[in-house]
Amino acid sequence: MRIGLFIPCFMNELYPEASMATLKVLENLGLHVEYPTNQTCCGQPMANTGCAHEAGELAKRFLKIFKDYDYVVAPSGSCVAMVRENYAQFLEGEDGFEHLKTHTYELVEFLHDVIKPTNMNASFPHKVGIHNSCHGHRELGMASMSERNLPAFSKIEKILGLVDNIEFVTLKRNDECCGFGGTFCVSEDAMSAAMGIDRINDHLSAGAEVMTGIDMSCLMHMQGIIDRDKLPIKTLHIAQILAGES
Amino acid sequence: MGHPELAEKFIANNERMHWHDKALWFVREKRDLAAHGLNEWESLREVAKQIKTHTIDKLDFYLEEFEKNAKEKGLHVHWAKDAKEHNEIVLKLLLNRGSKKLVKSKSMLTEECHLNPYLEENGIEVIDTDLGERIVQLRNEAPSHIVLPAIHLKKEEVGKTFEKFLKTEKDNCDPTYLTRAARVHLREKFLNADASLTGVNFGIAETGGVVVCTNEGNADLGSSLPKLHIASMGIEKIIPRLKDLSIFTRLLARSATGQPITSYTSHFHAPVEGGELHIIIVDNGRSDIIANDDFKQSLHCIRCGACINTCPVYRRSGGHSYGYTIPGPIGSTLGASKDLRTNKTLPFACTLCASCSNVCPSKINIHNQLYKHRQSVVSAGLLGAKKHTILKVATWVMKHPALLDFGGKMARKIVPKLPRSILYSKVNVWGKKRELPKFPKNSFKELYKQREEKK
Amino acid sequence: MSSRETILNNIKKNVPSSTIDLPETNIPHTIYENKDEKFTTSLASVGGNAVWLKDESIDEFVAKNYKDFEVIVSTCKDYTCSTKEANKPNTPHPLENVDLAVITAEFAVAENGAVWVKNPDNRHRALYFLATQLLIIIPKENIVDTMHEAYERIEFDKSGYGTFISGPSKTADIEQSLVIGAHGPTDACVLFV
Repeated sequence: MRIGLFIPCFMNELYPEASMATLKVLENLGLHVEYPTNQTCCGQPMANTGCAHEAGELAKRFLKIFKDYDYVVAPSGSCVAMVRENYAQFLEGEDGFEHLKTHTYELVEFLHDVIKPTNMNASFPHKVGIHNSCHGHRELGMASMSERNLPAFSKIEKILGLVDNIEFVTLKRNDECCGFGGTFCVSEDAMSAAMGIDRINDHLSAGAEVMTGIDMSCLMHMQGIIDRDKLPIKTLHIAQILAGES
Repeated sequence: MGHPELAEKFIANNERMHWHDKALWFVREKRDLAAHGLNEWESLREVAKQIKTHTIDKLDFYLEEFEKNAKEKGLHVHWAKDAKEHNEIVLKLLLNRGSKKLVKSKSMLTEECHLNPYLEENGIEVIDTDLGERIVQLRNEAPSHIVLPAIHLKKEEVGKTFEKFLKTEKDNCDPTYLTRAARVHLREKFLNADASLTGVNFGIAETGGVVVCTNEGNADLGSSLPKLHIASMGIEKIIPRLKDLSIFTRLLARSATGQPITSYTSHFHAPVEGGELHIIIVDNGRSDIIANDDFKQSLHCIRCGACINTCPVYRRSGGHSYGYTIPGPIGSTLGASKDLRTNKTLPFACTLCASCSNVCPSKINIHNQLYKHRQSVVSAGLLGAKKHTILKVATWVMKHPALLDFGGKMARKIVPKLPRSILYSKVNVWGKKRELPKFPKNSFKELYKQREEKK
Repeated sequence: MSSRETILNNIKKNVPSSTIDLPETNIPHTIYENKDEKFTTSLASVGGNAVWLKDESIDEFVAKNYKDFEVIVSTCKDYTCSTKEANKPNTPHPLENVDLAVITAEFAVAENGAVWVKNPDNRHRALYFLATQLLIIIPKENIVDTMHEAYERIEFDKSGYGTFISGPSKTADIEQSLVIGAHGPTDACVLFV
């Protein structure tokens, strides 16, 4: 099995630890992972701002780099949702696209759906709140949505549950958006911050020590607020918990 | 002013913003209880979607069928291609009968057509009779929500308004007291009206009748006292069969407020004794939306307001921040379809969280539409040159990995050394309420390459 | 070109040939073991109440439960103590002071506490909304599970107006506080006979 690792552009530049943890989680499970070093951005920021032409160029680039892998794995629900839900507009009919679309996975989703580990060899003795990032949650279907009347499940909780000593807190609003929203975080900055504060407060009142999730972008946004307001909580990408780091 | 600025104003009052958010979330929770209480909920949504898809695809056929059957039952059918024509038809019907006093029940279509000011300019007294609508009418405001028109107001504000216009007791803001006062005030208006106008929730092609749903009973009271009843209906309100209502009546109120059904679900297939029932079928841009595969599903909307209640942005910015007749997610796509230039910020008043699409009883892909409307904004050159240039440059950099690597490396070196005054200057919008992430020494790629070399 | 033609032509121009047939509406759905009980809780949840008449006439029931009501009108043949005739006035306006309207409904719906009111013999539909209180009479066997069964029982070939009434009129337009009794009745009792 050849796995191509996609690390979101900003994670590569700003979050080498979470990125390295992603690699480590996969390698710890005995998987062979390659990181093509000419990769950059999936085009999501452009696409979400309506710049279809620019997003299309980056989508084509992404396909070229990743089409020959059996699986593409990324520590980001929103980038994977971009590939799966929004690339068709730019790549429909292109050689290798159908394979790419159906074989690109978010990290936890990949573990849950494909690898199915029974043990993570990790311990995390803390109270953890799961922030269900919207794209992973509602586009990829990482967990049951509060809006729908379907059986309850959470791939994230199931995989995180393999970590020893971890304790989950119960939030008042299980799948409320944190307000990051890509370029929304600057184009509607007041709204974005207001939503972020509310999301953090839900975790704080639930007694969480750590907020985790599958999208570093949401966490980056909320960590920015936590640091500014000096709040007694911290964010940690899920890969870092799964890799046994803390 | 666009949505970001109006939202910022609303948010500035932190207490009020949270009060508003909680009120709407409360409604969302009631809806969840109702939706989760029915095992067949998701099937109902799916069937609703199929009915709507089928109907919109054959809308010309069903409109003609509706007209034929309505006429056979002795109802009058009018066609209005736009708001102006709609308003003129209403005025003409009123003048023909010498009507001067019109009682209206809730109709977002007439809000869209700006009917009230038009009629008032022509000497007609127009009374909105839905309590929430009456409150905002007295305050000379627009409804801030399609189901809960006065949700942005606190009871103290309503009390003040009633004190002024209905002469209620000073500082009495008890909702029951105020509602009773409105009942007395509006009862008099109902009894003295010489014409009524209602919206339409559903127009049944098979039977040629219209269905109106209310909790207050105002549509029924209004339409059953005077001899003239005008019903304004958007072309997309058509459903093919009477039995289709078994699906929609099960979805509508549960989605709207969590009630199992509205207090009144009234089916009009005849006027009152000696009266006339006129149905005005209104296009006003809707038939153009059918042409666009990306947006045609927006015509499946049954105006329950569930997407509005769930929207994390709406809850914190209020209905007036949208500046369009219908606020929230569905209004943002309808508004952008109607007039992209005026409503260019609305597709961006959204984090693409997709809660709206999943709460929608007819499964409209609302968030996908807002995503697509952003492309229309860019194609029309309405994004703003600065933003567009930044993204163009970013894309160019992203096509040159070496350049990105170099830029990242420089940033990691320089940024940590910059003084706060520069780092958090006005240009840094991110930094208004947030710290920047701590810049690491190395990128992941650098660490990965080092590791590969060691192997 | 008339607006009618303009609109229809524009739709015809735009609409692709349909690929989706109209679906069956009577999908598998909730069936209540005890419809009476479900109806009672549904109606209570929307502010109304349901009663089953036992060993007494409707006249006796009204006399007992609506003691000080001055103006009582009825569209129900089995109630004989009306103080005013509902169909007598030529306009509905004189019914404005009705304290209690005793009306008939065809059937009740368990899932939502609604009753189907469509009485071709009643001249003024305004009665249902002008009266301060409603007493709705239904044969006790006429109760269905959901709106799926309900719509199978409805037609509009003869009379032109029919409404589902679910409890008294209500509003929550002021700060989401539920107030029973908006423009219509402030109380609605469903009496199964």
